[in-house]
Amino acid sequence: MALLVSTTINGDKVEYACQPDESLLDVLRNRLGLTGAKEGCGTGDCGACSVMLDGRLTCSCLVLGAEMDGKSLQTIEGMADGAVLHPLQKNFIDHAALQCGICTPGFLMAAQALLRKNPDPSEEEIRFGLAGNLCRCTGYDKIVRAVQATATELKLAKRSA
Amino acid sequence: MPLDTSLVRKEFKVIGQRVTRPDGIDKVTGRAKYGADAFAPGQLIALVLRSPHAHARIKKIDTSKAEKLAGVKAVITAADLPDHTGGDRGMRDILENCMARKKVLYDGHAVAAVAAVDERTAKEALKLIRVDYEILPHVTEVDEALKPGAPLLHDDIFTDGIEPKPTKSSNFIKQAEYGHGDIEAGFAEADFIIEKSYKTEQTHQGYIEPHSCLANVSPDGTAELWVCTQGHFVYRNQCATLLGMEANKLRVTASEIGGGFGGKTHLWAEPLALALSRKANRPVKLTMSREEVFRCTGPTSSSSIDIKIGARNDGTITAAFAELRYQNGAFPFTWAEFGAMTAWACYDFKNVKSVSKDVVLNRPKCAAYRAPSAPIAAFAVESTMDMVAYKIGMDPIELRIKNAAKQGSKSSYGPVYGPIGIGPTLEAAKNHPHWKAPLGKNMGRGMACGFWFNFGGQTCVDVNVTPDGNVTVAVGTIDVGGSRASLAMAVAEELGVKYDNVRVIVADTSSLGHNDMTDGSRGTFSSSMAAIDASRKAVTNLRERAAKTWEIPVEDVEWADGEATPKGDKYGNLKTLTLKDLAAGAGHTGGPIAGHSEIVADGAGVSFGTHICDVEVDMETGRSLIKRYTVIQDAGKAMHPSYVEGQYQGGAAQGIGWALNEEYVYGKNGRLQNAGFLDYRIPVCSDLPMIDTLILEIPNPHHPYGVRGVGETPIVPPLGAIGNAISHATGVRQTHVPMSPPRVLKSLKGK
Repeated sequence: MALLVSTTINGDKVEYACQPDESLLDVLRNRLGLTGAKEGCGTGDCGACSVMLDGRLTCSCLVLGAEMDGKSLQTIEGMADGAVLHPLQKNFIDHAALQCGICTPGFLMAAQALLRKNPDPSEEEIRFGLAGNLCRCTGYDKIVRAVQATATELKLAKRSA
Repeated sequence: MPLDTSLVRKEFKVIGQRVTRPDGIDKVTGRAKYGADAFAPGQLIALVLRSPHAHARIKKIDTSKAEKLAGVKAVITAADLPDHTGGDRGMRDILENCMARKKVLYDGHAVAAVAAVDERTAKEALKLIRVDYEILPHVTEVDEALKPGAPLLHDDIFTDGIEPKPTKSSNFIKQAEYGHGDIEAGFAEADFIIEKSYKTEQTHQGYIEPHSCLANVSPDGTAELWVCTQGHFVYRNQCATLLGMEANKLRVTASEIGGGFGGKTHLWAEPLALALSRKANRPVKLTMSREEVFRCTGPTSSSSIDIKIGARNDGTITAAFAELRYQNGAFPFTWAEFGAMTAWACYDFKNVKSVSKDVVLNRPKCAAYRAPSAPIAAFAVESTMDMVAYKIGMDPIELRIKNAAKQGSKSSYGPVYGPIGIGPTLEAAKNHPHWKAPLGKNMGRGMACGFWFNFGGQTCVDVNVTPDGNVTVAVGTIDVGGSRASLAMAVAEELGVKYDNVRVIVADTSSLGHNDMTDGSRGTFSSSMAAIDASRKAVTNLRERAAKTWEIPVEDVEWADGEATPKGDKYGNLKTLTLKDLAAGAGHTGGPIAGHSEIVADGAGVSFGTHICDVEVDMETGRSLIKRYTVIQDAGKAMHPSYVEGQYQGGAAQGIGWALNEEYVYGKNGRLQNAGFLDYRIPVCSDLPMIDTLILEIPNPHHPYGVRGVGETPIVPPLGAIGNAISHATGVRQTHVPMSPPRVLKSLKGK
């Protein structure tokens, strides 16, 4: 029998009904039309379905939709501030850090989580911070550079603020 | 008529810049729609029942219980897909691969499919289908499948290319030979001969997006298919054939594609979605799981290769021979033959020969994977070339420079080369700081070369000027890695307008003529050729409109920087007409302004690259870590350098994964043991260093800007380069890919 869930997604109150065995990813994609999170594996190996769950980076394929009652979620759809892109989003475009783009929402979520925890990461820290996400197109070089550029920008912005 | 390349441009205003890609914002905000991101009102969910056996005869399929389950709207088996292929072996194999007919030929082969109101109901229904199998002996190793008495997959394969043609069927599909000269005489002239045998294991393209499609067949016989594919026109043509439809009745719209690398050039389950939709009279969405992607979509071949090189002590190669045995999976193709053609393509040898043996066995049908077959052959060839260099104490780059093919060389696969980049990439490698940098403890350095043919093919582009003076471009090649940006640049360059004023879309199959797939590194090459052609026709059109407006001869109208100007002083008082002016007045000068191009994009320039890598090996565990990597490749002309670099880096990374980790592991029961990203481990960010790139530009004389395809060649050298690096780090020649920790450790113990 379906369960009724009341949660917050990208700052909006959302209510939905879902089956007890339905993953959060399936709820987001199939019930709420939030298809920015992608299913690359369904087993938590590729990170393409990454979202922020109460501020923690989470594979939405590994948690249940029914568990979201009273929680707060951020998905890729909530990353930009209206028409203004998050600096990570802008740098991914400027540094050609995406080719096919299927892994990009997950990488942006993971990179955002990394920079929140560690605003000044070394290259190695970036590489390990993003090691839960698979990209098959880029060889990661330009992704790492886009994250490095964002960290530098955010540091400069903080200093001048 | 071939496109006029006499106007090969040297100076560019737009080409060569690093512009922002048009699909960037959609892809960083989650708006871009991929295969699984489409939904139709009333859609059903399809799931496929797959064989757990590597080889079995289907005695009976009973779907009656599944059909009776509430919420199930259609169940299909091969009986719902009658053979419309009219004796075309290739199409029949596609049909049989999509749905087994009399036998299942590999673990994962489809036997039935259901469409139900939701996924849970579809899953329940699969459990209710009963299949009675008669299990047959199976074979999953290439050399085993070639042996007499091996389990036989097809009773109608009689080896091609052998005289006299066998009368007994076998798994040996075809033998082919390439080369020239007299290798026996060449070996007799050698100071020494090196012979070595190699093995490579099977790898998957590993695109992150599983196959997905949404099929909607109407009772009037028309149909729509939304699908992630590298070639929606080819999917249209093949699906129409398999379903007995006329091609114009099926409109295929390509989604954004989440990676393909060759794997999305073949049909896998799309005909099943269409057949289910036709039977259920509802839209049907079919999305594969990751496990299905590994088990039943096409990986590349595993192989077994013998190499023999004869050389003089001064580094002259007197003869070279390769025998390449590749498995094609369960259905016949010519993947080994591609290996035989590419094996020696970097070199100019007097006596050279390669023999290919293509084999079927009980694994999924092999598909194209980025320069298909070439990395496998290059691993064997480049490893043996390295052994030659080290035997005579010659720098391995010098050995290759001495023997490299050049303009005018007869290639080992037949054609005579035009201007090519192998020599320049080798010179650049020799002079690269990477080649001279010091190495640390337990480190080795390797280099290798690679070649790919590249392809042109049928291409069609429309350029339309909007009434407000902007430009839309409809192309038919799928954008796998930023080609819409490059094509907009080409149109902007030709029309003399800003990049931002040009918008490129990938049109559906009812809006444009047939286009071949985005394969063979042809997307940017062929569609830019057609886009340039269409733009030049639009310019002619624009000049005619200006001539009409001014009432002067068209020959007296010049087009530059997005505007028409009259030639000479005699028209001194005429004001220039911009694209915007002409677009606004189009209704009075002959109607909409456009340019169209339909071409066969002949003249794809061959592509060469040279890679250098440093590897550190942990001698206790056998684990290898890439410490530094450099890709040098000829792009002809890099239209958008960032995306050319991206191809170099991405290809190298895939090659690194193949060289070090990735492999299909089959159990004795013929089942795939590692059908997931946890156990089939592709490189993650922390496995790799930055990948340095150097783009060389040796113009392709057949393209108006000199462009060569760049996408595939970068995966060709890594296996050899890494094999050579590990061999030097460990002192043991590596002959089996992937060089995973257990395999390297084992080689160290045998030292």
